[in-house]
Amino acid sequence: MIPEIGHYALILALCVAVVQGTIPIYGAAVGNSSFMSVAKPAARGQFLLVLLAFCCLGYAFAVKDFSVLYVAATSNSQLPLHYRIAAIWGAHEGSLLLWVFILTIWMVAVSFFSGHLPEAMRARILGVMGLVSVGFLLFMLTVSNPFERLIPAAFDGRDLNPLLQDPGMVIHPPMLYMGYVGFSVAFAFALAALFGGTLDAAWARWSRPWTTVAWCFLTIGVAMGSGWAYYELGWGGWWFWDPVENASFMPWLAGTALIHSLAVTDKRGSFKAWSVLLAILAFSLSLLGTFLVRSGVLTSVHAFATDPKRGLFILVFLAVVIGGSLMLYAWRAPRVGLGGGFSIVSREGMLLANNVLLVAALGSVLLGTLYPLFLDALDLGKISVGPPYFDTVFVPLMTPAIFLMGIGPLAQWKKASLPDLAVRLRWAFGVSVATALVVPILMGHWSPLVSLGLLLALWIATTIAVDLRERLTRTDGSSFMGKLAMLPRAYWGMVIAHFGLALFITGVTMVKGFEVEQDVRMNVGETATLGGYTFRFDGTEQYRGPNYIAARGSIHVSQDGRDVTVMYPEKRRYTVQNQTMTEAAISPGFLRDLYVSLGEPLEGGAWSVRLYHKPFIDWIWGGCLVMAVGGVVAISDRRYRLAWRRKEVEVPAGTQMARQTVS
Amino acid sequence: MSRFLIPLGIFVVVLAFLGVGLTLNPRELPSPLVGKPAPNFSLPQLHEKDKVLSSTDLRGQVWLLNFWASWCGGCKEEHPVLIHLAKSGEVPIYGMDYKDRREEALAWLKEWGNPYPLVAVDESGRVGIDYGVYGVPETYVIDKAGVIRYKQIGPLREDVLQTKILPLVRELQSQ
Repeated sequence: MIPEIGHYALILALCVAVVQGTIPIYGAAVGNSSFMSVAKPAARGQFLLVLLAFCCLGYAFAVKDFSVLYVAATSNSQLPLHYRIAAIWGAHEGSLLLWVFILTIWMVAVSFFSGHLPEAMRARILGVMGLVSVGFLLFMLTVSNPFERLIPAAFDGRDLNPLLQDPGMVIHPPMLYMGYVGFSVAFAFALAALFGGTLDAAWARWSRPWTTVAWCFLTIGVAMGSGWAYYELGWGGWWFWDPVENASFMPWLAGTALIHSLAVTDKRGSFKAWSVLLAILAFSLSLLGTFLVRSGVLTSVHAFATDPKRGLFILVFLAVVIGGSLMLYAWRAPRVGLGGGFSIVSREGMLLANNVLLVAALGSVLLGTLYPLFLDALDLGKISVGPPYFDTVFVPLMTPAIFLMGIGPLAQWKKASLPDLAVRLRWAFGVSVATALVVPILMGHWSPLVSLGLLLALWIATTIAVDLRERLTRTDGSSFMGKLAMLPRAYWGMVIAHFGLALFITGVTMVKGFEVEQDVRMNVGETATLGGYTFRFDGTEQYRGPNYIAARGSIHVSQDGRDVTVMYPEKRRYTVQNQTMTEAAISPGFLRDLYVSLGEPLEGGAWSVRLYHKPFIDWIWGGCLVMAVGGVVAISDRRYRLAWRRKEVEVPAGTQMARQTVS
Repeated sequence: MSRFLIPLGIFVVVLAFLGVGLTLNPRELPSPLVGKPAPNFSLPQLHEKDKVLSSTDLRGQVWLLNFWASWCGGCKEEHPVLIHLAKSGEVPIYGMDYKDRREEALAWLKEWGNPYPLVAVDESGRVGIDYGVYGVPETYVIDKAGVIRYKQIGPLREDVLQTKILPLVRELQSQ
């Protein structure tokens, strides 16, 4: 009964979405206010209906209702409750439900935080989001219904893929989807502006916080995915350039470009058409990612179940949504003015160059991801594109982008002077180059790529320091701390996010340059030395988990005779799917991770063991986290808080205009 | 206007490729085993567990080896195709019940129909490893000399059967 309620709620949600996607947009076109006002209640109603469906599916998992096909396929009576809940998004149908659920969360957020928008704009935004929702709900109800019954009911479920039985699974997909789907808001803003022909600085100002929030979620989501691969796959890699990883990275690149482009549109009125295109691009890539993961056109570790019928549906959906919005763009964008002019050496110029580089990097990732498909389609054979390609194209594109990232914030809008910039930055450059050359030598091993990586990281950090110092001397304030507090939060957000990137680059460089690994056969009591640490294998013991049997190894780690830690890597066999999983043991640290995983059992209680010493690896994820914090700080800026407050006190329209121009 | 059409143009090209991509099968991987002798097996039969089905008994004829299981959704999908093929009598399909429970496998065949003259039970998945099984269902075409000639990963579809497998089988049978 409960699953049928969920199914019915989805059908009702589809009806509401159809209303939300048509009547408000029509109302905005003809200027009918009562039609436009349908948008808000429809968005909220749709949210409640999808929430109900989501809870129904959760309930079916909680009570182990194996008469629901999806529940039987992705869970098992022995699976612990938190993984049964996470199993909601453990496979295709449920992850679509999560997609729509998150879309409706964003809709509700828009309906609450859009009081300062003109009514027609809000009606169009919610209308566009409603149309996107129609597509996904139709997809679910036609070819991917999570509530489909299995008659007769299965005696027990087939269990969740053991790879997904991990705490990361509980939180990683919702984060990632918050980011993916969050770009639908920027997309809806862009389309609404194209519909209404009101593509101006105000549009950019309204879009900015939404884009930044979505970007923060996506940053964390991608970082968590990478961290998950690191400790779950058992061989210490953290990024594989797998199609599905790329599918999450491409919207991130587009979103990053969009944030910067919107900043220019907001402040200077330029790049309008470009910002709109990026907004469309970011969301299109989110949809493309869904297509790639869910249709099975590319083989990937993530493509668990595939079905050509579903692929066709998504393809048609992509054609309608992306093709439609690009047509609208081609039709409307030429009328948008160009905004203020600027010289090549100016902050606009540098942001433009950065944007072009980011989009070029995005294009090269897209090409690498789809290239196997292109070749196959042209009947030129089956190949796979791997890390060598991506590493080769990515570094040369990112190097100038990061170089510009250091200069951009110091350059003036409109027109800046190169000699002046060179003088202001000469110390930053000197210090960065010298340190980047010396540090690897001190660490005992110099290579050009390590120096380049460190140079880029140091360049970001030192230019931030120069910029901060200059701004502080210009700021009035009694004390140093007072001066720091005077700087706007939006500026701090940028500084923090850029600094996060510097941490990230440091982590990547140090790991690539200095990690060491060893594959050893270890008898009980035998020791191995790696990176200054001594590892002693103390044998394994058997134990039973809720739905698996495991051999747990015990490895004692010491350094210079002092005990450091004891690590417990595991080899698990999940009984239902009869699948073996390697659970690595990690001893994290600020400057290094120790990473141990069990290979195969050998005779006499010996095991093959993999030992890794990974310097600075946690900086990779730490850096991403700092970037996301930067985004959060940026949206807490005074002018956004003012925007909410203005709405609350309902000031007359005239004063509102006046204040807006002041802020 | 024209330069604003560029994104649309690029998208149409990508879309066309994605469309073609959908009709292709990325799982149709060239298997290293094609052209090699099929790994030998000798396993208990499903219906009579005291008897053994051995690959050497099948020498001298062209046959299909179909890995399946009662827990596998794709097997249900290809099942009508197998039944149809079995009725035509053109080529025998031997089943390999892969990592399954005997009672459930028997119940499954009873309910949906049995296309196999004989089924072997690979309870541990050992033979599956020999054959390099990615996942069930998988189907192998094996010739009179016991050499693997073709491997289908995933459900067998009617069109693949008509355009690839049956022509191959006829050719091998005439040799």
